Amino acid sequence: MVEDEGIQRYLAHAILWTGIAIVAFPVYLAFVASTQDNAVIANGQMSLLPGGHFLETYYQTIFVGTSGSTREPVGTMMLNSLIMSLLIAVGKIAISIISAYAIVYFRFPFRMTIFWLIFITLMLPVEVRIYPTYKIVADLHLLDSYAGLSLPLIASATATLLFRQFFMTVPDELLEASRIDGAGPFRFFWDTLLPLSRTNMAALFVILFILGWNQYLWPLLITTRDDMQTIQIGIRKMITTTDALTEWPIVMATAVLAMLPPVFVVVVMQKLFVRGLVETEK
Amino acid sequence: MANVALRHVRKAYPNGFEAIKGIEFEVGDGRFCVLVGPSGCGKSTLLRMVAGLETITSGEIDIGGRVVNQVEPADRDIAMVFQNYALYPHMSVYNNMAYGLRNRGMAKGEIDTRVQEAARVLELSAMLDRKPRQLSGGQRQRVAMGRAIVRQPKVFLFDEPLSNLDAKLRIAMRVEIRKLQRRLSTTSIYVTHDQLEAMTLADILVVMNGGLVEQIGDPLEIYQKPSTTFVAAFIGAPPMNLFSLRDSDIKLPGAGPEAGILGVRPEDLAVGDVTAPDGGIALDLTVEAIERVGAETYVYGLRAQQGGTPAVSAKPGELPPGEILVRIPGQEGPAVGQKIRVAAPREKLHLFTADGRKRVNS
Repeated sequence: MVEDEGIQRYLAHAILWTGIAIVAFPVYLAFVASTQDNAVIANGQMSLLPGGHFLETYYQTIFVGTSGSTREPVGTMMLNSLIMSLLIAVGKIAISIISAYAIVYFRFPFRMTIFWLIFITLMLPVEVRIYPTYKIVADLHLLDSYAGLSLPLIASATATLLFRQFFMTVPDELLEASRIDGAGPFRFFWDTLLPLSRTNMAALFVILFILGWNQYLWPLLITTRDDMQTIQIGIRKMITTTDALTEWPIVMATAVLAMLPPVFVVVVMQKLFVRGLVETEK
Repeated sequence: MANVALRHVRKAYPNGFEAIKGIEFEVGDGRFCVLVGPSGCGKSTLLRMVAGLETITSGEIDIGGRVVNQVEPADRDIAMVFQNYALYPHMSVYNNMAYGLRNRGMAKGEIDTRVQEAARVLELSAMLDRKPRQLSGGQRQRVAMGRAIVRQPKVFLFDEPLSNLDAKLRIAMRVEIRKLQRRLSTTSIYVTHDQLEAMTLADILVVMNGGLVEQIGDPLEIYQKPSTTFVAAFIGAPPMNLFSLRDSDIKLPGAGPEAGILGVRPEDLAVGDVTAPDGGIALDLTVEAIERVGAETYVYGLRAQQGGTPAVSAKPGELPPGEILVRIPGQEGPAVGQKIRVAAPREKLHLFTADGRKRVNS
């Protein structure tokens, strides 16, 4: 890159810093609010420096919950969200890699029809088919269960297409070499295709985990019990209180906690994620 | 150890295209058979049919006395080396070689012995822990060979294994493959489009064209006595000069009525102020271009026309009509524009029927 001289360079940095400040300030504010006393926030006299209630607030948030609308500890909500996101991410990867394997490597009747059927489900996200999906889940008595939370979101055309594209770039000779080496369809999948798909799976996992973590509409519909609600629903419920003051420090602490797992996943898997998107290892 | 026999082998695709139109030959135990031909002649398809990667439409393929038409590739007791090597990218060199043995449920100790031995022979011992991407092209090629050797199969199949290497390495590996095959004396079938590779490697050379065997035999015999004009033009570099006797003014006394095409190899034409040897030919040429490659010199000459029709009618892509290629040893040669006279004795001439499908003289 060409190094800019003097003022231009400072200007560029100033713009970048401004951008970072705009993005980061609300996050910072949420953190600060979570360490203050609720009365101070309610008075509108909140300081911009962290207060002294950090341990107290976070302890209450994680293990006790609010005293008002939803008494569920946020620890439970996080666990629910975590289980749901993991089920969605792992389930989607597992199902789509198997269906892509079938579509790419096996010749069976109506292969292309099935491929296009999977393809057109791209046009039918949960929001579109919300009533029938709800009905099915309710009829199967899956309301308020992890299966109900995750199953309808597991089928994924996007991931199937991604794996299909990847499998089609794997040289045919690799399959033929496997056949000569005495590896059947299962061994070829397990010993060759899965290891080669590692980076793709990691990239998908990051995307799908965050997608699952941020689910709002579906969990809102399908969970009624407090101990089954996810953290996204929990935050919303904490804010709306009928006859008491919203406990802002706890709401903000919950928001901060809700941000941590996706950040953790991205940071841990960033290397694999980037490799999965740009590099093909063949 | 086994011989491989092909009987009336045909391959037709569902769309009606017939890739192999009935091929029949046998490779004796421990022999090195090379299939050679231009691209699209069906040589790779034929090899893949022997490997079991393509189905056989009709006919029989027999390996070691067993018809293998319906046998899975893994159970045919063959090993194949692919053009792009097809190494498992995520496995170490050791595991690449050991994978096939493990799938057969071989004991760990035996696998280790075989892999170490193959690595020693192929000078890969220091690289057993590396991944294929950390290896050079030549080393990858050797790993692919190693994967075939450890299997100790009845038959080695090679599908243009050297075409991804640079010219120098290709020659070195060619010699390696030949030595290795001699030492192991495993029956081998090798596909290539490079006639030089074919000539140097083969015990049995099979020249293919358009899904059919054009000629089969000892490489030198094929070189000396090509049975069709296709073989004459394909085997030997630079290719043989071919003249149509019917349309030209070249008269060959004593040639039978069925002789329609005359062939003469560039190295059989001698330059000098000579008259036609008894029964041979002498041609007057104007030098058009010269190529000096060091050890020898290629002279492209245009024949002085007497009848007005072009004398040479080689295949398209070969010499243009009327042009004759002469190969002389050393670096000395005539200058461009000079008029020269070349001659070839009768025993160096090849005569074919007018359609080029049959050799006339012995």
